[in-house]
Amino acid sequence: MKSLNIILPLLLAAALLGLWEWTVAARHIPPYVLPAPSAIAHAFRENFTSLMQALASTLSVTLEAFAAATMLGTASAIVFSQSRLLERLLYPYAVILQVTPVVAIAPLILIWVGFDHINLALVIIATIVAFFPILAGATLGLKSADFNLIDLTRLYGASRLQTLWRIRLPTALPYLLSGMKTAGGLALIGAVVAEFVAGSGTATGLAWRIVESGNRLEIATLFAALALLALAGVSIFAALTLLEWLLLRRWHESAIASRS
Amino acid sequence: MIALRGIGKHFPNGTEALRDVSFAVAPGEFVSLLGPSGCGKSTALRIAAGLLAPDAGRITRDTGEIGFVFQDPTLMPWADALTNARLPLDLKGVPRRDANEYAAAALARVGLAGFERAYPRQLSGGMKMRVSLARALAAKPRLLLLDEPFAALDEITRNALGDDLKRLWREDGLTILFVTHSVAESSFLSQRVLVMTPRPGTVTADIALPPARDARLAPATIEAQRQISAALNQVIAA
Repeated sequence: MKSLNIILPLLLAAALLGLWEWTVAARHIPPYVLPAPSAIAHAFRENFTSLMQALASTLSVTLEAFAAATMLGTASAIVFSQSRLLERLLYPYAVILQVTPVVAIAPLILIWVGFDHINLALVIIATIVAFFPILAGATLGLKSADFNLIDLTRLYGASRLQTLWRIRLPTALPYLLSGMKTAGGLALIGAVVAEFVAGSGTATGLAWRIVESGNRLEIATLFAALALLALAGVSIFAALTLLEWLLLRRWHESAIASRS
Repeated sequence: MIALRGIGKHFPNGTEALRDVSFAVAPGEFVSLLGPSGCGKSTALRIAAGLLAPDAGRITRDTGEIGFVFQDPTLMPWADALTNARLPLDLKGVPRRDANEYAAAALARVGLAGFERAYPRQLSGGMKMRVSLARALAAKPRLLLLDEPFAALDEITRNALGDDLKRLWREDGLTILFVTHSVAESSFLSQRVLVMTPRPGTVTADIALPPARDARLAPATIEAQRQISAALNQVIAA
């Protein structure tokens, strides 16, 4: 049964690619409109080194932003959970940062950080995009702790730090991981958007490759870069799903259900 | 061991939960706090534990460890039975080796030897409640406060746990304050029953039960039930 889950989508992909190849050939569709899969594969081999460099660049921005968002989001949520005042004071600003389109903030950040620190600017932009789901997930999780368990720790004279470490953080873990799964994809989107905004000559990632290929009507290369981006997104999601399963499989309903 | 004097409590919404609640539990005594749902008995227990501050009145409590058992097992789902039972000891900074030893002993005393590594989701409702009881015992309390601990269990399991609680009380010389809404439970387990009535919650009867209630259906137990029910009917009718 399990292997069918993998084989069936692969068969569908093969069928669709075959249909695509055939349609392009039969209808004489020009390659600058829609290149055949074989042409895309060819473009991929042709530009393998430069595409891989671009992938590495985008991935490093994505992963750095994801790590920064995870740390900042979790840290902010912990601070909020300890101080209702700070939460009331700062949470609205986190929401404002979240609802303001990042494309609109990006040029400012690029100017402030400076084009000589382009990578830092890209990471900051992608971090802003990925930050909120982590903060929201961790905040909700830290608040979801069983009141009676908290009372029990009070009964035994636990410090706030002990209650945080032994009760609140483990309770928050599934919520945090769920936020991280969303944030992983958003970090990639943020990195791509940041590269688009940064524009020519500065960015070296896949998004820039896509813009450049589009301008040169190298649509096959554009598709190859696009496929790599999709692959990167899926890999990030798969890695985080695995992490979630590893951490929760012993006790959390969500991970137990997915095992059967 | 513990005494409440003139305790009053209002909820934030203005409802008067408790008015002039006074009672004392002597060392080694097993006292039930009996009443219908919503009469404030859980609130009184929380106040007795020091988890809730009263608006009026005074609490005196002998020093020493308190064990508290909630209506739900209230276990950490991410931790196995041993880690759950060890929680009070961990919070007190007892060295891990000793803590493990005490927690394992507490689990064995509630009949859960061999289940140290089991996670809560792998245990039945009754077994989870036993872990909760073991956790309360792990810190070697003198005073054990229980808030309708068996209410969510089936009758067979409830009786088995009641038997165990009575045995632990005898063996350890514990002082127990047991909140319940079951006449049968209170008549069999405790030496004294405090009847509480709602709106506002207050203690309206204090019944000392006769000895020789070694079985649930012993004549003395049945007689105790009659006595408690009579007191309960009287206050409900009033």
